[in-house]
Amino acid sequence: MIESLRSKSKELLENGTVSLVIGYAEGSKKGKTKPFFAYSSEDCDKLTFSPQCVNNLTIYLTRKFTFMKKGKVAIVAKGCDVKTINVLIQENQLKRDDVIILGMSCDGVVGKDIVHDGEQLPDENKSIKCLTCDVKTPIDYDHLFGEEIKSEALEPMTGGIYDAVKEVKAMSWSDRWKYWMDHFERCIKCYACKKVCPLCYCDVCITEKSRPQWIETSAHARGNYAWNIKRAMDLAGRCTFCGECDRSCPAEIPLNIINQELAMTVYDSFENYTAGYQTDVTPPFVSFKEEDKEDFIK
Amino acid sequence: MSEEKTEKKEEWKPRLVAYVCNWCTYGGADLAGTSRLTYDTSVRAIKLPCTGRIDPLFIIKAFERGADGVLISGCHPGDCHYNTGNYHARRRWTTFRSLLDFSGIDMRRLHFSWISAAEAGKWVEVINEVSTNLKELGPYKEFKAITEKKEEYDRVFAQ
Repeated sequence: MIESLRSKSKELLENGTVSLVIGYAEGSKKGKTKPFFAYSSEDCDKLTFSPQCVNNLTIYLTRKFTFMKKGKVAIVAKGCDVKTINVLIQENQLKRDDVIILGMSCDGVVGKDIVHDGEQLPDENKSIKCLTCDVKTPIDYDHLFGEEIKSEALEPMTGGIYDAVKEVKAMSWSDRWKYWMDHFERCIKCYACKKVCPLCYCDVCITEKSRPQWIETSAHARGNYAWNIKRAMDLAGRCTFCGECDRSCPAEIPLNIINQELAMTVYDSFENYTAGYQTDVTPPFVSFKEEDKEDFIK
Repeated sequence: MSEEKTEKKEEWKPRLVAYVCNWCTYGGADLAGTSRLTYDTSVRAIKLPCTGRIDPLFIIKAFERGADGVLISGCHPGDCHYNTGNYHARRRWTTFRSLLDFSGIDMRRLHFSWISAAEAGKWVEVINEVSTNLKELGPYKEFKAITEKKEEYDRVFAQ
């Protein structure tokens, strides 16, 4: 799998199809990997793939980074990363022809703060997103590496993170308020969640605006609440559950739970829409139906 | 006389922020005024071009600045001055409302309504109903608590 990935990358770089291959290389610590940019065929020998490859590399395809200006690039993408690429294409941030997807069949990556070495990854070491994964073989790719893995047919919006969401939902509103305030109070406003998110790509973020200042810059519960709610709301109907925000959060705020609550609402309210599966449908928030439900409006 | 005055001071009034659309609900509120209809004075109407202009942050900001309740009101579906503004807004609210509920906001303090420029009566009804509810609920303690925390934070950092 790794050998064929390396040889394919070499081939693409040598025949000039791409100027850059974005992938993973061994990290400085054992059992960790890091994002890696292969500009030449010698670099390609460093490319690797394992359950430690947790990063969603598609962030490098957005306008936060300017690699795309150098022409076509190839990117190593797991099934979940391909979903992000689909949303970027859907939102006109990327053209399908500008990217070569080196799809990896993946049976799960390691969870947050888990150091795992070796081939077989037990379920308890897997990232929570992998428990409800239905894209073990990417839905779109130019070249596939590794054996095709059939994803089990899953009931949508059940198990894994969705059970955690339901647990929070079952609380009373004042308990939920306490629950989230306990978490949001810890937020240090490092904005790692925003920096790491491939779908958070505005040129100027509202947090950088000071006239008027919508989101308070200091890290206290009130400003943190506004920030975390705004961030989640901006990802409604777009978040593909790559889990990068949750993974990068130094304050351990369960951002996956809040993101997936929105995904569930969008699924229930707008014709079972789930982000990342189709590129040719209009996203739910730029379209509407006259018969959309409005039971909460007087 | 003086007794009456102090009594009036003590009576707590909720602060209800109403984000209203220029073309329908504001017109309705205006009609209520010109028709000499009386309604609860706890409402502060904020006029916006369209309900589609109402950013989710407006609602959060209102609570941050001490609102006890928020009302959002605009044209009935199909009546939007900009044709589709309220349809888009409706989708946004469906999601945002659920998010606020999930994050633990007291949903009895957030109201949505469609009020046309001719429905002065409905405006009066909605405002009175919402205000009465808010008076029963009292001040929004939960949100005000985090504002107090913010002030404490400011005090510590000012030293």
